[in-house]
Amino acid sequence: MSHGPSASGGALVAAPPHGHHHDEPHEPVFVGEARTQLDTILSRYPTKQAALLPALWMLQDARGWVSDKGIEEIAALLAITPAYIKGVVSFYTMYHQHPVGRHFIQVCTTTPCNVCGAEDVVKSFLEHTGCGDLGLTSADGRFTVIEVECLGACGFATPVMINNDFIESVTPESVPRILAELK
Amino acid sequence: MGYPHPSHPRETPILSKYFGDAEARTLEGWRARGGYEALQKALFTDPQELQTIVKDSGLRGRGGAGFPTGMKWSFMKPDGKTHYLCCNADESEPGTFKDREIMRWTPHGLVEGVALAAHAIYAQTAYIYIRGEFTEPYARVTAAVEEAYAAGILGANAMGSGKQVDVHVHRGAGAYICGEETALMNSLEGRRGNPRIKPPFPAVAGLFGKPTTINNVETLTTVPYIIKNGAEWYKQFGRPDNPKSIGTKLFSVCGNITRPGNYEVALGFPFKDFLYDLCGGPLPGREIKAVIPGGSSVPILTREEAEGAIMDYEGMVAAGTMLGSGGAIVFDDRQCMVRQIARLTRFYAHESCAQCSQCREGTAWITRIMERIRDGEGTAEDLDTLVSIADGMSGKTICVLSDSCATPVMSGLKKFRHEFEAKIAANPAMVTVPGALRASAA
Ligand SMILES: Cc1cc2nc3c(=O)[nH]c(=O)nc-3n(C[C@H](O)[C@H](O)[C@H](O)COP(=O)(O)O)c2cc1C
Ligand code: SF4
Ligand code: FES
Repeated sequence: MSHGPSASGGALVAAPPHGHHHDEPHEPVFVGEARTQLDTILSRYPTKQAALLPALWMLQDARGWVSDKGIEEIAALLAITPAYIKGVVSFYTMYHQHPVGRHFIQVCTTTPCNVCGAEDVVKSFLEHTGCGDLGLTSADGRFTVIEVECLGACGFATPVMINNDFIESVTPESVPRILAELK
Repeated sequence: MGYPHPSHPRETPILSKYFGDAEARTLEGWRARGGYEALQKALFTDPQELQTIVKDSGLRGRGGAGFPTGMKWSFMKPDGKTHYLCCNADESEPGTFKDREIMRWTPHGLVEGVALAAHAIYAQTAYIYIRGEFTEPYARVTAAVEEAYAAGILGANAMGSGKQVDVHVHRGAGAYICGEETALMNSLEGRRGNPRIKPPFPAVAGLFGKPTTINNVETLTTVPYIIKNGAEWYKQFGRPDNPKSIGTKLFSVCGNITRPGNYEVALGFPFKDFLYDLCGGPLPGREIKAVIPGGSSVPILTREEAEGAIMDYEGMVAAGTMLGSGGAIVFDDRQCMVRQIARLTRFYAHESCAQCSQCREGTAWITRIMERIRDGEGTAEDLDTLVSIADGMSGKTICVLSDSCATPVMSGLKKFRHEFEAKIAANPAMVTVPGALRASAA
């Protein structure tokens, strides 16, 4: 997917952090119960490849991001090449291609939220997390803040997703309280 | 009970009747409210007959295009081939958030509709494709599917009918374009969500190459009510003078409005009453300036145009726009239309799947120009350039995302040209900035 120019100059996807995560040791994800779960998923489709998005979700849930070694594991299980999988991964915005902060914060700024003041909510998150800019992870590894396109909750502006939790009607003022509740 | 507001007396809550009612989310609660009676009846009815009832009801697809549902189903014949039903729960159109509430509050209503439709199109397997961001709706629908399997409503002998009906929930991963039906099928198959060239149409070769029907969440959730109460019952909702737009519709309202949320009204409702009476009108001390009535990809209306519009497929066309997915975005007098249209084109640039050059290049180029004008750095030629790019993007690509990006620019320029011009006039010094377009125009 192409990434259009950003009004605020920030990246819309998480930028690669420092460090050489590609070398990190890899414990297999799809063993034991996870393998059984994948087998159940596979039984729902006539092709193995159809289990790719679910498998990537399992990998990300287990590891926090979609790692190269994890992709190789999926490639072997689903009989597709790692290169093909990477092409698929990069199409979707929700798979992390790099490690991100422990709390991944997505703020909707598309037009309907924008007319209700979403840009100020983004500013407030950047200020109170110490992230500096969109897509960067705070020095303590806790936060990454990004702008996201329509979260499908436009009547509850501004909606914010923090990992899998959805928070509606966030205002710049409510940001410190929300952050205080995160570990 | 409406959600998040109490139902308005002028609403016609059928789909939204149990929004906010936590008990309706459980199998027991859903059954106590008459749930699964329609499916029970349908599983013992010939699919052909079900197709006829839905055709007679006049139901049209609620996903945006308004294609008659019964006619779509009638393309699926008893040919002995494997068929699939796909439920489009990718809801990502800015301004639209109705399917989310259906899934959050009445997940069994959706599961019932999906199972019913699967039987009606001779399919044994159905997939509900839910956008990745919808974590709560995903959990609710998954729980409902599990409950339905455990109760024998789904599975090898669905409700004792001897029919096999399987429903699986599939989670997307963040891509607006996956709401386009062929992109959705690619995504479900484990591919990038690129729309496919049509023909072949899904009814001929869809998911996994098999004949497939794809319907929206709201469409499928409506079907059990029609099967239970009959086509004639459903026809009572709508304008007597317009038999083409039948039924109730969930409208989402957001932006600068007193009571944003979802409202269910019979098609044919006056848009003015809707905005001011049901939705509470503009915020105190403000005035409505513009409305995009059907999700972000339909033409913008001025306040005057919006106030004269009728909320059905034909009424919206008569007003110069479209009903689309029914998500109204309201702008008040504080909003700069250039800024907001620029934000919208940026959305489309971000979401283009980049297969077609007109779309890939056009969405990005239009966004650059829109943002330049927004920042006071535009030139008079930019307006003509915008028109010519938009013109080159419409009707020339694999899917209509490209057109959707051009639409707000075209209608914005037509109806709010003075705002564009004011932005440009505000910075006459910019005429001296060298640039390719200036140079070629000189
Ligand atoms: C770019 C694009 C995005 C779309 N997004 C959605 C969507 O999020 N939900 C939806 O139901 N239909 C969406 N549609 C329409 C679908 O392609 C399809 O027409 C619809 O799901 C059919 O269901 P219906 O006949 O019940 O309306 C989209 C179409 C396009 C071109
Ligand atoms: S019009 Fe745009 S989104 Fe649609 S297929 Fe072409 S490039 Fe992809
Ligand atoms: S525009 Fe923000 S949720 Fe839709």
